[in-house]
Amino acid sequence: MKRDPGPVFLERRTYRRRRMADAARLLPLMGAFLFALPLLWQSDDKTALTTHVIFYLFCVWLGLVALAGVISRHLNSDTDTRDRDEGR
Amino acid sequence: MPILNVVVIVSLLYVVFLFLVAFAADRAARRGRGRWLRSPLVYTLSLSIYCTAWTFYGAVGFAAKFGLEFLTIYLGPTLIMIGWWWTLRKMVRIGRSQRITSIADLISSRFGKSNLLAVFVTLLAVIGTTPYIALQLQSVTLSFTAFAEADPTRSALPNQQSTAFWVAAGLALFTILFGTRNLDANERHHGVVMAIALEAVVKLFALLAVGIFVVWGVAGGLDETIARIDASTIAHWEVSGSRWIGLTMLSAAAFLCLPRMFQVMVVESGDEGHLRVASWAFPTYLMLISLFVVPIAAVGLDMLPDGANPDLFVLTLPLTDGRDGLAILSFLGGFSSATSMVIVAAIALSTMVSNHVVMPIWLWMTGGGAIVSGDIRHVALLTRRLSIAGIVFLGYLYFRLSGGGTALAAIGLISFAGVAQFLPSLMGGLFWRGATRVGAIAGLAVGFVVWLYCLMLPSFGPSAVMPQAVLDHGAMGISWLRPQALFGAAGMDPVVHAVMWSMLLNTTAFVITSILSFPKPIERLQGAQFVDVFQHSATARTWSGGLAQSEDLLIMSQRIMGPAEAQAFFSGIAREQGLEGYLPEPSPDFLQALERELSGSIGAAAAHAMISQIVGGATVSVEDLMAVADETAQIMEYSSRLEAKTEEQARTARQLREANEKLTQLSVQKDGFLSQISHELRTPMTSIRAFSEILRDTDDLTLEEQKKYASVIHDETIRLTRLLDDLLDLSVLENGQVVLNEQTDSLSRVLDRAEAAAGASLSDFRIFRNREAEDLVLTNDLDRLAQVFINLINNARKYCDAPHPALTITSAGKGDTLEIDFVDNGSGIPTEQQAMIFEKFSRIAETRAGGAGLGLAICREIMGRLGGSISYLPGQGGAAFRVTVPVRMPAARRATAS
Repeated sequence: MKRDPGPVFLERRTYRRRRMADAARLLPLMGAFLFALPLLWQSDDKTALTTHVIFYLFCVWLGLVALAGVISRHLNSDTDTRDRDEGR
Repeated sequence: MPILNVVVIVSLLYVVFLFLVAFAADRAARRGRGRWLRSPLVYTLSLSIYCTAWTFYGAVGFAAKFGLEFLTIYLGPTLIMIGWWWTLRKMVRIGRSQRITSIADLISSRFGKSNLLAVFVTLLAVIGTTPYIALQLQSVTLSFTAFAEADPTRSALPNQQSTAFWVAAGLALFTILFGTRNLDANERHHGVVMAIALEAVVKLFALLAVGIFVVWGVAGGLDETIARIDASTIAHWEVSGSRWIGLTMLSAAAFLCLPRMFQVMVVESGDEGHLRVASWAFPTYLMLISLFVVPIAAVGLDMLPDGANPDLFVLTLPLTDGRDGLAILSFLGGFSSATSMVIVAAIALSTMVSNHVVMPIWLWMTGGGAIVSGDIRHVALLTRRLSIAGIVFLGYLYFRLSGGGTALAAIGLISFAGVAQFLPSLMGGLFWRGATRVGAIAGLAVGFVVWLYCLMLPSFGPSAVMPQAVLDHGAMGISWLRPQALFGAAGMDPVVHAVMWSMLLNTTAFVITSILSFPKPIERLQGAQFVDVFQHSATARTWSGGLAQSEDLLIMSQRIMGPAEAQAFFSGIAREQGLEGYLPEPSPDFLQALERELSGSIGAAAAHAMISQIVGGATVSVEDLMAVADETAQIMEYSSRLEAKTEEQARTARQLREANEKLTQLSVQKDGFLSQISHELRTPMTSIRAFSEILRDTDDLTLEEQKKYASVIHDETIRLTRLLDDLLDLSVLENGQVVLNEQTDSLSRVLDRAEAAAGASLSDFRIFRNREAEDLVLTNDLDRLAQVFINLINNARKYCDAPHPALTITSAGKGDTLEIDFVDNGSGIPTEQQAMIFEKFSRIAETRAGGAGLGLAICREIMGRLGGSISYLPGQGGAAFRVTVPVRMPAARRATAS
């Protein structure tokens, strides 16, 4: 299928919204990494305390929620479909 | 009053309250007052059916046994929700644009609306969900028992089975009442959604209340709680990496694939914008609900006796502390979790069962003729209600048969792994155009079998369903087929092992089969619609007001009808509605009129699609597209027919022009012929007139002279008669009215006859013939042939200018035809006149007296009739003619002859 390359320079708001969409795509990847991070804290001789891990995990969780809230505020779903090319 | 009775009364009151809320919400929605029913908050809360009784009670039990591992069940969905831009957005959009009713419907629609696939997915979903429903029933009965045990005045423990039965019956009733109000499964069940949103609030509130009570009431503050956790058996972070990551992925997959999640997330979704809010609000909900799990577990392990069931810490902690009110609240929280899950799961599964299994069978049994009649509605509702009852009953049956033991508690993850088998087909269908129906069936089948073999069957315990020998040594003694160490992968956690292998083999089978198979056209069409849904579907916008719609309609109509016409049409309608300006109210009448108007320009299907796109917010369906394609094909066919007609007309015009030219030529020929004829007739007439005048007016004529003049007149009359005879003969020949008489004779005798008739022997004109060569027999109209020969001999006699004129006649047989050449020793015919000699009235030398110039023309006509030809043979030293005649008269001529 032939793809319309579209304009090179976009209006500032549209550009910002596209970068927000990029951020929305990357956020779960970052979250997955941060959630898996405590696995590296275990070693043979010493293990982390559950309370520390809980504290860490809930902080990450809260941070992700806050970021998701900020990002979704900038992603107006009414206008997203005007982007012909979703992959950009 | 014993606390058990209070619990029963409170839960009954709670149920009545839920009924009232659901009823009120339904009524408000029907009256159109329910805008707040469609708020993002309600949507987010309805998603909380993910947190079932398994999470409400089980999370604490999970935490008490395995520490923080329970969090994986919430982390997976959190990642999916904050990653809504990847998948959920697409699923919701497709669900809305294709009017999807269930996950089975989504998968089957994507793969060419295959009912086989839908039945398969439905079956898998029922198998995966039934134990889960049993789990909810178990949790309710267990919590009842906990109250009963805590009651010092109890006489006997309540019968678990009867409790479960009554709970199941009540749930089925509620679901049937509010889940099957309207037939259109795509419409939202406002009552149900409202009730589960309320239950979501209750369970969160209950868990938070218990948590706050435990942390500040029992443990005595945050620091003391942390100290207790540090002192407990779960103080250290000791999770296996594979389980941590594997279970997170599993819960993420299940979150996307669970039928009940699909129901609230996609089917009941009122607005895509809600997902935007839910993307951060639902993770917050999950975070809050898991916030106090570890403290409750740690305090419970510390406070309660060793044998206490950790699954019930949420309930037993307040009970042992004498906080009956809190305990009842906690019970209501667990009750809410269980009931909301059962209700939504029953609705989701009943839609699948009735749409994909019962209805097709019913339609097949009734011959499919009832599609248009009205009673189908009734049947559909009835099957859906029966399905709900059946599914809840199945859950109850499972609960009874399994005995409510610990085997049931483990079923949560097993059920997750079962529904996660939809994931490859679902994601492949959403993102890969090359995914095919056969591939999806193969993937699902492989995944299902592996799940059953590795996880489901061994879960019933050793030797329950699967023999211990198989478990230890693999099927048929092949060690590579050990259910929990497939392909030698020993030492893994059974759940992670099963998830890994089932998903891996499922995906592999799906991808390879998809690549090797070829999809049907409908699959490819649906594939394009699903994968490129953001390009195809219009924005599901909500229009702020009616005039905005009218304006869009006007813009669209102007493009199609032309600005002036569209504006006139719109202002006319507006005047009819009593409005000023160009924008009428988008009433049904107006839309119908507009559609009719537009369909005149672009065809009915396209007009319908365009108007519904603006007014209904609906997207163009496959049927619409196909209808558009059909119409376009018709138009193209019509125009190509027009083109063909135009060409034909041009051809006809050319033919007419040619015919006209020919007629003009013929007219000239006719004029020429008439002047020739008059000239030919005039010459003898002039002499006849002159000599007859002499005979009349001159008296003193001698007898001699009289005789002489009279004979001149006689000769001229004969000449005239001959001319007229020839003309008549030619006309008869040309019109094809000549009658041929078939005879058989030898050529030499025909020539003899011709020679005698021509009277050639009388003069010094000599004829040379080779009689041996003439010994050929032929069958034809020999009189006519002789006439041709006579003509040729006479011509030679008349026109040969040699001092000793002679004619040589040579004959030769050439297969089926005979060639007879007449060659004289004269000077022949000049080259420029050779082409003319067979025309009428053509004579070589005007000066030499002779015939009217019709002889050779007659010869040509005769030979044509006989199936042969006559032509001039140049370069023979004199005038030479070749006559070609067939040995046997052709069949077509013979028909004329007879």
